[in-house]
Amino acid sequence: MTNSWTDIKNTDLVVVMGGNAAEAHPCGFKWVTEAKANRGAKLIVVDPRYTRTASVSDYYAPIRQGTDIAFLNGVMKYCIDNDKVQWEYMKAFTNASYIVKDGFGYKDGLFTGYDPEKRDYDKSTWDYVLGDDGFVTTDPTLQNPRCVWNLLKEHLAPYTPEMVERICGTPKDKFLKVAEMISECSSPTKTMTSMYALGWTQHSYGSQNIRAMAMLQLILGNIGVRGGGMNALRGHSNIQGLTDLGLMSHLLTGYLTMPTEKDVDFTTYMSTRQFKPLRPGQTSYWQNYRKFMVSFQKAMWGDAARADNDWAFNYIPKLDVPSYDVLRMFELMYQGKVNGYICQGFNPLLAFPNRDKNTEALSKLKWLITMDPLETETARFWENHGDFNPVDTVSIQTEVFQLPTTCFAEEDGSLTNSGRWLQWHWAGGTPPGEAQHDTYIIAQIFLRMRELYRKEGGAFPDPILNMSWDYADPNEPTAEELAKEINGRALTDLMDPTDPTKVQVAAGKQVLNFSQLRDDGSTMCGCWIYSGNFNEQGNNMARRDNHDPDDTGAYLGWSFAWPLNRRTLYNRASADLQGRPWDPSRKLLEWDGSKWTGYDIPDIAPTAKPEDVGPFIMNQEGTARLFTRGMMRDGPFPAHMEPFESPVANVFNPEMRGNPVSRVFETDVAQMGLSDEFPYAATSYRLTEHFHYWTKHNRVNSALQPEFFVEISEELAKEKNIGNGGWVRVWSKRGSVKAKAVVTKRIRPLMCDGKPVHVVGIPLHWGFTGSAKKGFGPNSLAPFVGDANIETPEYKAFLVNIEPSTAPQEATV
Amino acid sequence: MNVDLSRRSFLKLAGAGVAATSLGAMGFGEAEAAEAAHVRPFKLTTTTETRNTCPYCSVACGVIIYSKGDLRKGEAADIVHIEGDADHPTNRGTLCPKGAALKDFVKSPTRLKYPMHRKPGSDKFERISWDEAFDRIARLMKDDRDANFVATNAAGVPVNRWTTVGMLAASATTNETAWATFKFAKGLGIVGFDNQARV
Repeated sequence: MTNSWTDIKNTDLVVVMGGNAAEAHPCGFKWVTEAKANRGAKLIVVDPRYTRTASVSDYYAPIRQGTDIAFLNGVMKYCIDNDKVQWEYMKAFTNASYIVKDGFGYKDGLFTGYDPEKRDYDKSTWDYVLGDDGFVTTDPTLQNPRCVWNLLKEHLAPYTPEMVERICGTPKDKFLKVAEMISECSSPTKTMTSMYALGWTQHSYGSQNIRAMAMLQLILGNIGVRGGGMNALRGHSNIQGLTDLGLMSHLLTGYLTMPTEKDVDFTTYMSTRQFKPLRPGQTSYWQNYRKFMVSFQKAMWGDAARADNDWAFNYIPKLDVPSYDVLRMFELMYQGKVNGYICQGFNPLLAFPNRDKNTEALSKLKWLITMDPLETETARFWENHGDFNPVDTVSIQTEVFQLPTTCFAEEDGSLTNSGRWLQWHWAGGTPPGEAQHDTYIIAQIFLRMRELYRKEGGAFPDPILNMSWDYADPNEPTAEELAKEINGRALTDLMDPTDPTKVQVAAGKQVLNFSQLRDDGSTMCGCWIYSGNFNEQGNNMARRDNHDPDDTGAYLGWSFAWPLNRRTLYNRASADLQGRPWDPSRKLLEWDGSKWTGYDIPDIAPTAKPEDVGPFIMNQEGTARLFTRGMMRDGPFPAHMEPFESPVANVFNPEMRGNPVSRVFETDVAQMGLSDEFPYAATSYRLTEHFHYWTKHNRVNSALQPEFFVEISEELAKEKNIGNGGWVRVWSKRGSVKAKAVVTKRIRPLMCDGKPVHVVGIPLHWGFTGSAKKGFGPNSLAPFVGDANIETPEYKAFLVNIEPSTAPQEATV
Repeated sequence: MNVDLSRRSFLKLAGAGVAATSLGAMGFGEAEAAEAAHVRPFKLTTTTETRNTCPYCSVACGVIIYSKGDLRKGEAADIVHIEGDADHPTNRGTLCPKGAALKDFVKSPTRLKYPMHRKPGSDKFERISWDEAFDRIARLMKDDRDANFVATNAAGVPVNRWTTVGMLAASATTNETAWATFKFAKGLGIVGFDNQARV
């Protein structure tokens, strides 16, 4: 989230698209209710299903899953055509006036430079025109036909209300009503917030769904302001934290990136990461990259990371592919190229698409380790449960270790919520049986491996032998010790840069925050964006002052928000070019003539003059990008694409399937279904009574929602002779499930490109362990393909068929 | 909503009230007093309260754990109740159907209690000691790393990666656990390393 849960109360319009906050984030949704009750805010829901969020909305519009870009492009076009743009904001704070290279264009659903063989673009024309001074050429009058603004208008031209209806199935009058309500938020004194979740991410073009809304918000002037923003409702309690800390194949901590084989040494690595400003006077904060990276290497390897060995740069593995993401790893596993796998609090047998493929992949492992507080289907993937897990146990030669861990109630530590608040919690109970903390288990495996390397030697033991493991009890690092490492400390006395006779931070002391990090090896810091979490003032994540001066919803004294306790990202954009709040009644920051003052920590230097420094300091431009140059694989503007399995052809290019640059493995191509065989558009979602595959272990939640079901419309039920509560079989090109049918008015057929499209809704909470009835999930059916930029699987739009059936059978012993 | 009077102090106030007031002084007759004697005491008055956050979605509602026994005094602590934290600015004491049932997650019948091991081809898990499990795992991992570690690419550039073993990290673990896990996985050279954010 750019903003926070408590900030939502400041909004005038909530748009829930690609999410279902009332059911999936109920206690956060209360802030929508608060805004409606106290500010007269409106709520719009755009969703294939009439969800419980929709049931309390002011306006609901149906949409075919996977067509959000067409809808949002249509709204952008409506706003521009009707002069509903926050012009001053948009001109000053985006790259609208930047001139783009000749040659860049868009035709037949594709941008310039497409290579169908490589399934990739040559992106050389997707860039700005640079002047002799190295800065981007701009036209502040927006007259130049090659400026971003005019190219955007040209790109949006086809997305008329008629085209939106044809692609999305949203009736024109409903689309226009939504567009009109949204467009009102172009006023500097009206703001809109976007609340989205996996309904937008789980598509082969999920990143572009989100981009489209971010662009709309920029055009309306809604980023950086109270009650505005792009608010990703993260799905797990610390999915934000694990991403911030770089527990991903392509990341290091704090969004530093993994080196690739091109990065032959540290100097080469740094040469593509310390971005220089593209406009005069801009901050381009990544110029500090080297300080964060050297401090990170020192946190990992201490004294073994030195200037004369490139700060142990070679200890970090180098990628030969963009990422070894989960789809690639399970493909490699399926090919027999992975021998061992560790699942810490993760249930891939139910979480990854194409379950049959997952089962085969896991069966090829020599060994599997699971660490979890609960039983998981993954730990028991080899166990036969009849129709629910029809495996041949004896033939599966995988050795499995199932290690019991503690849960939240038995451990200390912090979790980062959607709003980037790092909140500390304390253990309240004794773990059951022999369950152990994850930190203990990790430490034990690490220490034993290190000992083996000490005794026996082996493949490149240096990063293991030299790993910084400086804990009071190496067998179990404490949460406080690890949090302090994340914050970072001075390794030698740090002298004050403005007065070299003074010590700024004494050796051994925690740094105040990342502003004190150095690139000469004199500081260490595990994750720069978190720095400030645990400094000499103490554990700032444990702060519990819930006062909120002037009821802004900021709560600066509660926990610690990254970065630097900032609650709203890009908050400088809440004020105009003179530094006056766009909306005085919703002041966030204000320039008092010499510095920024207000309710939040400014995201530019506190003394940076408002007319000089742009709010988007992480960008080389200092502005936000309506045109992303070559930074996204599938285009600098969001363009309509169809899901890989779609009931209708792409109207811009009927030959094109899915995202033209998504990676598809060869074995999966044959497992893609077509609409003649699989005519119905399936989607997946959560229920409010369950959390993934955990709560089926909980007897209360199992009683509330005991049994797997699918949702279909009355029209489809009639067509297929399916009774409410009757058994159905739902199958795709990859698998088959049996479920109870819920026949509902919540789902209605849509008319898309002249033909009716029926939606089949599939919730995701059942398996073969736990207290609930045994059942299936959407991953038995979904395709093994991901987003072109980040490889998130396309769970929200795929094709199935459905027929009446009998109940699934248990194993017969 | 008044969040200045903390829930905790409110409870204390209420508890003190009950203890300090004799039933007779409240005007109860003998029959009522006998009846009142059968009413069990408020079950949370003797418990230890611990601040925590809900482990499900990332609204991160504040919760209070009530346990018999205090971990900070070195005692064993048995969790008897979990409810919303009224002092928390986001949820202000409310919980959803999942959060409201958190105690039954902690106490779920399928909580794992012991390390288990499944031999190749076997149809069952069998108990294994932690020591035995750790030694075996460390050996399996080291042997695979030594056999399959890619030190350099064809051009002789050091790449130091290990692709034949992968790891998934848990998006419900703490930042501190995550940092220890990060050091472990990336330090070993594991590149097939992701968390739920990928999905």
